[in-house]
This record gives sequence, C-alpha cells and structure tokens, in this order.
Amino acid sequence: MPLGTLSFETLASRLAQGRLGLRTGPFTFRIASKEAVVAENLRLLYAHHPVTDNPPFADFHVAVVRPSSLRRWLRPQVDFRLDGYAPFLSLPAPQAFALLEWGMNWCIANHAHQYLLLHAAVLARGDDAVLLPAPPGAGKSTLCAYLAHRGWRLLSDELALIDPASGRVFGLARPINLKNAAIDVIRDSLPEAVLNTPVPDTKKGTVAHLAPPAGAVAEVDRPARLRWIVTPRYRADGELYTERIPRPEALAMLIDNAFNYDVLGTTAFTALADLVSHAPALDLCYARLDEAGEWFQALKA
Amino acid sequence: MKRKPQPWTPAALAALLRETQQLAALDLPSWDMLIRLARRANVLGLLAATAERLPADALPPCCRGHIAAGRALAARQARAVRWEIECLRKALDTIGVSLVLLKGAAYLAADLPFARGRFFSDVDILVPRSRIAEVEATLMRHGWATTHHDAYDQRYYRQWMHELPPMRHLRRGTVVDVHHRILPLTARYDPDPATMLEQAVPVAGLPGVFVLSPADMLLHSATHLYHEGELTHGFRDLLDLDGLFRHFSHNDPGFLTKLHARAATLHLQAPLAFARHQCARLLGTPAVSTTADTPRPLVDALYDHALRPLHPALDSPCSGFARWLLYVRAHWLRMPPHLLAWHLGRKALMRWRQSDFPS
Repeated sequence: MPLGTLSFETLASRLAQGRLGLRTGPFTFRIASKEAVVAENLRLLYAHHPVTDNPPFADFHVAVVRPSSLRRWLRPQVDFRLDGYAPFLSLPAPQAFALLEWGMNWCIANHAHQYLLLHAAVLARGDDAVLLPAPPGAGKSTLCAYLAHRGWRLLSDELALIDPASGRVFGLARPINLKNAAIDVIRDSLPEAVLNTPVPDTKKGTVAHLAPPAGAVAEVDRPARLRWIVTPRYRADGELYTERIPRPEALAMLIDNAFNYDVLGTTAFTALADLVSHAPALDLCYARLDEAGEWFQALKA
Repeated sequence: MKRKPQPWTPAALAALLRETQQLAALDLPSWDMLIRLARRANVLGLLAATAERLPADALPPCCRGHIAAGRALAARQARAVRWEIECLRKALDTIGVSLVLLKGAAYLAADLPFARGRFFSDVDILVPRSRIAEVEATLMRHGWATTHHDAYDQRYYRQWMHELPPMRHLRRGTVVDVHHRILPLTARYDPDPATMLEQAVPVAGLPGVFVLSPADMLLHSATHLYHEGELTHGFRDLLDLDGLFRHFSHNDPGFLTKLHARAATLHLQAPLAFARHQCARLLGTPAVSTTADTPRPLVDALYDHALRPLHPALDSPCSGFARWLLYVRAHWLRMPPHLLAWHLGRKALMRWRQSDFPS
C-alpha cells in the first residue's frame, strides 16, 4: 500500500507507535517518531513508496526522538537512533526529517556490506545506468534531480548499491537532498518537482528534499547495468566540454568514493576494475542544465 | 498454531549463535530481533559464521544480506588483525621481544573454533614489564603513537594501570594495547605475568607468535571481565569465556583440574569463580560445576543487566543504574578507596567541563 494513501492521522499514529514499515529499494526501514515534521515530510516525499503496518521483519529499526535532557524545554533537539544507538550529535528539532534522511543513509553505508557501496548518484535509461560520483559541492544532486525529471529513471542520489557478484546496480528511489543555491535552481528549472519546505542553518547550510518521481519508485526493484561513469562539474559560464578520464584515475576515484572498499577488499577491487574496463569515465563541465541534459540524452550504450 | 515468542535470554541468544538447527527453525519476527541484537552486541560475525553452515535456502531471503554483511565484516577484521600481528611481530623482533597475543587476536591466531567470525576492537599484547620502555620506543619507530594526550590520562595509565595508554598506528589507524601486567598496579591482587609469559605457547604456522597457555588464556579472559567497568562488550566477552571453557575441556578432560591449580598459583580464584558462576548461570555452560559458590543475589542481579546486549528491547528502567554500579565496583576492585574517590571525582569534573551547555 503506498504511503500516500494513509491519512495523516493514521501515518502519525503508526509513526508514534513505531509500527511504520517503509520499503525503499531492497531495504525496509521501521520508523518511530513523534515529530509532526517527520510525518508531514514522509507524506510529501515518500507518497508512492510501499508501507506496511507492523512488519514482521525490518532491515533497520530507526527512531527520531527527543533526548531526555533539560534542554528539551528550552530549545528542543532530536536524536537519530538505530536500535538505541545514536551515531550523531543531537540536532535542533526542526531538522528532524533531514536527520532521518541522513540517518537512513548512515544505516545503509555502515551496514549493507552485501553491496559495494559508492557515494554517487545513479540514473538509468531502460537497463543502462550512469554513475555520477562527485565530491560534495560539484552539483551532483542538482544534475541528478534535473535528469530524474527529464527522461532518466532515478535509482539513487547518494548511494550506489552494486552487487559485487553480478555487477548490477540497485536503486533506492529516495528523496534528493538539495543544498543552498541548488534549491532555487531546481525550483526555476523544474516547476513540476515536489519540494519540501527548506530547513535553514543545518550543518550543510539550507537543505531541502525533492520527491523522487513516481515512475522511479514504481520501478525501483529493477536493477540496471552501469554503462557510463560521469563526474559532473558545474561552471558558472563557458561551453560544455567533456574529457575522458584514464582508467587508472577512474579506478582510484571510485575507490575514493566507496564507503566500504576496505571491508570488501579484493571483491571490491575486482568489481570496480571490471566496472572501469567496460564503462567509459568522463569528466563533464557544464554551465546550463538543459545543455547537460541534451548531452546525457545523446549518450550511447 | 501460534508460536511461543523467543525469550531473548543470554543463553537463548548464545545457543542461536552456535547451533545451526535452532537458526533453521526461526520465524521471521525472531530473525528480526536476532539480527538487531547481534548487531548491537557486536556478534553479527559469529551469527554469520554459524548461518554459513546452513544451506543457503534455509535462511529467509530478507536475512541473507545481513548474514553476507556480517561475513564480510568478520573477514575484513580477521584480515586486518592478521596483518597487524605480522607488523607487530616484525617490530618486536628488532629488540628480541616475543609477540604474545591476548584475547581476540590470540583466539584468531590460534584458530579457536568458537571465535570464528568474532569482531575485534584492537589487538592486545603482553610484554615483560622490564622491557616496556623499549617496546614503546620500538612501536613508535614503527608508526604507532600514544592516544591519550591529556597529562592526567598519561599519568593514570603509567602510574596505576597494567598497560600503556593505547597506541594507534598513524597510517592504518589500528590500535594496540600493550599490557605488562594482568591487572592494574593498584589492584587488590596482582598476579605475576612472568610465569604467564614463560608458559606461553607458540602458534603453529606463525613463527615468532605466541599465545597464553589454555589455562592462562581462560584466567586472563575471566580476570578482565571480572574487573571490567564499562561492559559495552559484556555479552561477547561472556561468550568468549563460554567458548574457552567448552573448547579446552573438550580437548583435555583434565583441563578444569589444571585450571583450578593454576588459578590458585596465580591467586586468581575469585575471577575464575566469577567466570564459572556467570557462564553456568547465564549461558548454561556445561562442565563448570559451581556448587561450592556462595550465592550473591545482588551481584547476579547487576550482571543480569550488564552481560546481555545493550538493546532498548532488553532494557528495564534500572538497567542504567545497574551498569553504573558495576562501573563503580570495577573501580573499587581496581584501586584503593582514596585513589578511587580522587579518580572518579576527577572524571566527573572533566565530564561536567566538557558538557556542551547552551551558550
């Protein structure tokens, strides 16, 4: 049953009781929170995701709760917890939903070692996927949001889940995290996109989340094969240009972007070496989203 | 038919980590809780090692990823610890000190079956006290550096403790604990580590690497748990003891007799009695008769909270208080009262100063 079909009251009460099972890609998160901002944002941004009431099994049992300190009367804060363990410092209560999103990423990045986990966005056309690894601030999420609304299917904005045995990449179809100037850029260029209310003054500046397109959620269980590796770089002006990244450099860059390269060792090296041997890696500099979109459209498998 | 819900006692959990047949019979809600508890207790690798012995289709599909993840983590840690053992051996070789491994690293090197899949936090070694300065200097030359830079902490370790402040490798980030005594210098009893070093046994296939003799290995493990104040790994450490009892008494029917004689020599009867009692009581460890024990219901009640996984589903309102009492008890065993008052007072003051008050 899609989350959006629950009434706000049902959703909020299941969350408060910690009974909400939310499925995103291969994972079920069981979420507990009494924060209204969490319920509101889940309803807005996860409307198409399947939910279950009180699921018998969940991969991660998470909670966004107020810590029991005196400060809760003065300036309320929230903690993210996985089975009682809080990996982060408390954040101001208005950031509760952003904290949940970061916490869910943390759960996967720190525990899902059945996959080779890369810090990268993944988009697909049919079964052919492009990997967008990029350092923070390079405009990866902006481009990912744009492409996800212009002919590409969103698999993931933050985490590429690669099955080392088959080389296939799995998606999560979760909301895209936009920061600072990117929020207005996306509002202007994608008027149809569903964005939540931006939250100011987080450790990453002002953040907003963009709902994944319904089609991406519907097809999330369809894995894809990585055909291209593109590192996008936004430049304020100038012509779009691309440059081929030599394979050894591409391999080193992917190793740098892997969350669990050290955990998987040889398995990770083999999977990444195989990836760079069949997927060309390109550096893409662009000034305008529509120009970049056309360039992506012209990619050939 | 409605199944009886799994009671999550330490014994039930330990049996699930050991016996494939029990795993194969679990329903989905039990798997859900088992994976959560195993993750929190840092024993997912042990669970993976046991689940591995089942045919792949005996596990519910939703659990397979977690088992694969536990296996990957355990393999990674074993690889890292083996590498670390080799680096330490080479470093100590330069000054002619043998590498004697303690705890997890020793179980791994000796390939003790109950520890397959065990996770590690650091590598513990035992060196002669007379060589401690040389060992520290040598490890520093090979890339390890001390971690506690606060002058108080340095003095705490060097004046009172049984080990150097933990040393972290500058490039690899791995931590080695260099022990020169079994217990803190300030503890009520102070077993002589020299005879433990003398009786250390070489590890087959790893020239220059030693582990303690079976009896000493168990006594060391028992002593540590008995004196441990922060029992974050309490359940795992109890499992180690259970594994040591089972493994060594299975291999050598006279093991328990030797163990008791050795405990008497080293004045470690109290930790041994504690280990036998808690293993028998909480895990049902066979072959550890405890009939001679005097009942200590309060201590047992405290350990009920401290020796199970730290999971909110298992906690009761007094769990936090019970753990705090054991923290104080461990310090009480570790140092005389005036030192204890001074040390705990100092720690509380540091915590208060560091606490982030709203500015």
